[in-house]
Amino acid sequence: MLILECPYCGVHAEETELHAGGEAHLKRFGPGSSDDDFENYLFMRENPKGVHFERWRHVNGCGKWFHAARCTMTLEVFGTYSAQTTEPPKDICDKISAKRPGWSWRNFS
Amino acid sequence: MKRYSIFAVAREAARYHTGWDRAWASPEPKKKYDAIIIGAGGHGLATAYYLGKNHGIKNVAILEKGWLGGGNTGRNTTIIRSNYLQDPSAAIYEKSRSLYETMSQDLNYNVMFSPRGVIMLAQTEHEVRGYLRTAHANAQQGVATEFIGPEQVKKLVPIINIHGPRYPVLGGLWQARGGTARHDAVAWGYARACSDMGMDVIQKCEVTGVRRENGRVVGVDTTKGAIDCDKLGIVVAGHTSDLAEMAGFRLPIESVALQALVSEPIKPCMDVVVMANTVHGYMSQSDKGEMVIGGGTDGFNNYTQRGSFHHIEETVRALVETFPMISRLKMLRQWGGIVDMTGDRSPILSKTPVDGVFVNCGWGTGGFKAIPGSGWAMAELMAKGQSPLTDEFSMWRFREGKFIDESVAAGVAH
Ligand SMILES: Cc1cc2nc3c(=O)[nH]c(=O)nc-3n(C[C@H](O)[C@H](O)[C@H](O)COP(=O)(O)OP(=O)(O)OC[C@H]3O[C@@H](n4cnc5c(N)ncnc54)[C@H](O)[C@@H]3O)c2cc1C
Ligand SMILES: [Zn+2]
Repeated sequence: MLILECPYCGVHAEETELHAGGEAHLKRFGPGSSDDDFENYLFMRENPKGVHFERWRHVNGCGKWFHAARCTMTLEVFGTYSAQTTEPPKDICDKISAKRPGWSWRNFS
Repeated sequence: MKRYSIFAVAREAARYHTGWDRAWASPEPKKKYDAIIIGAGGHGLATAYYLGKNHGIKNVAILEKGWLGGGNTGRNTTIIRSNYLQDPSAAIYEKSRSLYETMSQDLNYNVMFSPRGVIMLAQTEHEVRGYLRTAHANAQQGVATEFIGPEQVKKLVPIINIHGPRYPVLGGLWQARGGTARHDAVAWGYARACSDMGMDVIQKCEVTGVRRENGRVVGVDTTKGAIDCDKLGIVVAGHTSDLAEMAGFRLPIESVALQALVSEPIKPCMDVVVMANTVHGYMSQSDKGEMVIGGGTDGFNNYTQRGSFHHIEETVRALVETFPMISRLKMLRQWGGIVDMTGDRSPILSKTPVDGVFVNCGWGTGGFKAIPGSGWAMAELMAKGQSPLTDEFSMWRFREGKFIDESVAAGVAH
């Protein structure tokens, strides 16, 4: 069972307390953007084998959205962090690089 | 290929079954093929089969990283139905269901197709309205379904409790010609037929790269070396995003775990398939007597082929109310598969930005029923560059806003 630490209230919450919210750090595009950008934003997903940045909501707890970095091949959790950011913090990226040498993700490489 | 028949069984019985041939060959890859199919699940094998049978393209290899049918094809709960809402879905799923009716004869391989009937329970007023709508749509599409009342449901399924306090049975969408088939046999039957046409089914051969020149595919890199091809079909279900990245394009797919379980075997007690979509649970009884039970998908991206326990718990908890007798059963096995979900819960059968590369994916939680129809359509698309069955399922429909929305109809679509 997946256990994530809520960065707001500090609770180690297991899956049934949480709601998964899909890929994180999508770059948003609205009216006036190109078809390509809009399509990418709305529909295309990385869906990587490996490191995935994603949104979660501590729904049966403090109710807040936060971010998690997780491996989709092993379910290893690299860390959770605040939702008030547009990219993963450096300490999380360093942690991932230490555990997955040579790791990169297209958006962040 | 020696044909299977009652005479073959008698002949072999008389000589202690020493004369059976291997059902398919295990060749090493050649240098080049006219077409390569990645993924020896049902959809990949069916695509190859109809490329040969309908279009005469037989210089074909099917590459599989694991073993034949070891993906979702060998992990699903085998429900076959065609009572979808939208016209393009009805066309391809009904084509598929009808091909299942003659598949055993066609392949000379018993796939144990059992058109025992499928009921989708309506357990809320909303569902009643939804299924009435689907029944009307099906009538227009020429798909035989009807909406039946709770008493009729009870007659078809004596073990059901139609008066549950939380989830009463208000009726159901009944498709008498739906049913189940033996999942492994579908993969094995197609593999044997492909091998017989001279195609190479190559197991333990993982594709690691897609080689391109001037925007056109020229071959693939594999764990058994580089292999050239003119056309490439990517038919790898939950692994599609990975292969698309190798070929240099993106798809609107997310991979999540879907689980199923079976009970200990018991005497025959239910001879139809029952789906309860409000509570995300469905059940049928296998020929061995096990109750085959499935539920909803997990919520997060996952490639581990194992799901979260609480989903099993939720499914079983809800089903116990509707089928009180199953509370006494022991669970025998549980497993998971990685399914490829699209936003509108409809598949993608499409050309791609790379010339010569075609993709067949997005069947998600409900593609077993679609295997023959999908193979038929995909083969036509690969051979001719166009098929009336795939036109609406292009990968560019999202960009154009032309969704084929099946998520409202069922929520889950096994
Ligand atoms: C628990 C569960 C229950 C289900 N219940 C139903 C149901 O009741 N009815 C229904 O209609 N559908 C059901 N489905 C869905 C159905 O199983 C799938 O839609 C269908 O089997 C997909 O078939 P496929 O051939 O596309 O994929 P798969 O059978 O998964 O085959 C894809 C193959 O590609 C191979 N592959 C992947 N990457 C590579 C690579 N790089 N190189 C070479 N090979 C590769 C894989 O090893 C795999 O064998 C269920 C699924 C699950 C998991
Ligand atoms: Zn919290």
